[in-house]
Amino acid sequence: MTAIVKYNAGNTQSVESAVKRLGFECIVTADKDILLAANNVIFPGVGHAATAMAHLKATGLDTFLPQLTQPVLGICLGLQLMCRFTEEGSTPGLGIFDVDVKRFPPTDIVPHMGWNNTGHNSCGLFNSIAPNEHFYFVHSYYAGLCAEAAAQCNYILPYSAALQKDNFYAVQFHPEKSGAAGEQLLKNFLSL
Amino acid sequence: MLKKRIIPCLDIKDGRVVKGVNFVGLKDAGDPIELAAKYAREGADELVFLDITATIEKRKTLSDLVTAIAREINIPFTVGGGINTPEDAEVLIRRGADKVSVNSSAVKNPELIHQLADTLGSQAVVVAIDAKPVNGTWQVFINGGKTPTGIELVSWAKHAEDLGAGEILLTSMANDGTKNGFAIEALNLVCNAVQIPVIASGGAGSKAHFTEVFTQTKATAALAASIFHYGEIPLPELKNYLKQQNIAIR
Repeated sequence: MTAIVKYNAGNTQSVESAVKRLGFECIVTADKDILLAANNVIFPGVGHAATAMAHLKATGLDTFLPQLTQPVLGICLGLQLMCRFTEEGSTPGLGIFDVDVKRFPPTDIVPHMGWNNTGHNSCGLFNSIAPNEHFYFVHSYYAGLCAEAAAQCNYILPYSAALQKDNFYAVQFHPEKSGAAGEQLLKNFLSL
Repeated sequence: MLKKRIIPCLDIKDGRVVKGVNFVGLKDAGDPIELAAKYAREGADELVFLDITATIEKRKTLSDLVTAIAREINIPFTVGGGINTPEDAEVLIRRGADKVSVNSSAVKNPELIHQLADTLGSQAVVVAIDAKPVNGTWQVFINGGKTPTGIELVSWAKHAEDLGAGEILLTSMANDGTKNGFAIEALNLVCNAVQIPVIASGGAGSKAHFTEVFTQTKATAALAASIFHYGEIPLPELKNYLKQQNIAIR
């Protein structure tokens, strides 16, 4: 069973649909016992970092999520909240990844919206995915390049498109909206 | 490199895809889910569903259709038509839409854009604008292009951005359905005035029109309907052609 973390940030419907399309069972929940027992956990997120973080704190998920030991996948705002700090609302994050999240400088259109290609390392998330494959991005803030980067993307500047540390994985793009490549990535994660 | 997006638009009436010329004379163009799935397979970068009768007849967009689309489709999609309140929009987002598009309701009540951006985030708020030249200036029309507002296009686009719009979908009524090409002039006026992505709409009739819009304007996406629905320009053929023209295409 896959658990999708339920909190006040976003559109869990598309992630849930994508997981089910791949033939995996899933539940959207904030129940810590169910999250603990799940084979893997997806931490999605769309919205404002400060609002989302306040909600995670109020429910105690901010200290609970970093202690999970099964594979965890952060998506979009999920990735940003798993970092040390984000400039969006000057918000401290969960601190799983040792990198800060900054706003794109306004030298091109922000948000970075649309399909962009990524270069990835040998991280299991990217099994059977071609180098330079395209994924769908929508974001105004980015995690910089760092030792935990599993993939990088270039928009305005090079930054981390995916992060990995131990059982924690995160992607800045939306695999649930990235066609066949996104489905492959989700399948890789669900099969870890 | 960020790619230019090709976006098939499905105008929905009574649960079917329809297409008119210059906003009138609607013809049946197929089943929305079937068409949407086909476009996603063929490489559409996004999809837009507009319930074109919603504003006029005060009907709500078919939210059941949104649920079905979200189950089937693995690319982003926008839903518009009849969204008058943040609650209308939230229902559609909860059902799985990635973005909502507002048009007449935002002109009548600009504060709606701000409310939507606050509750859904700017990335989910597309402001659709229908415009055509009147006495030499581009002006905004509402109610499916039937009602002139006297509002100048660029000032409205900038105001929408200031209120929190995440994207502008600009349809030139003068070009829509003509197949004579996109409204390059109006697109340049808007693209040069705002910092957010602009989707070009209205007038696509040939592959070269897409090259034109991507080389002569800063539009980051181009939307079309009939050329795709009637198979006049298959999506894979269009995307291959644009790649050969050195346009950044997925």
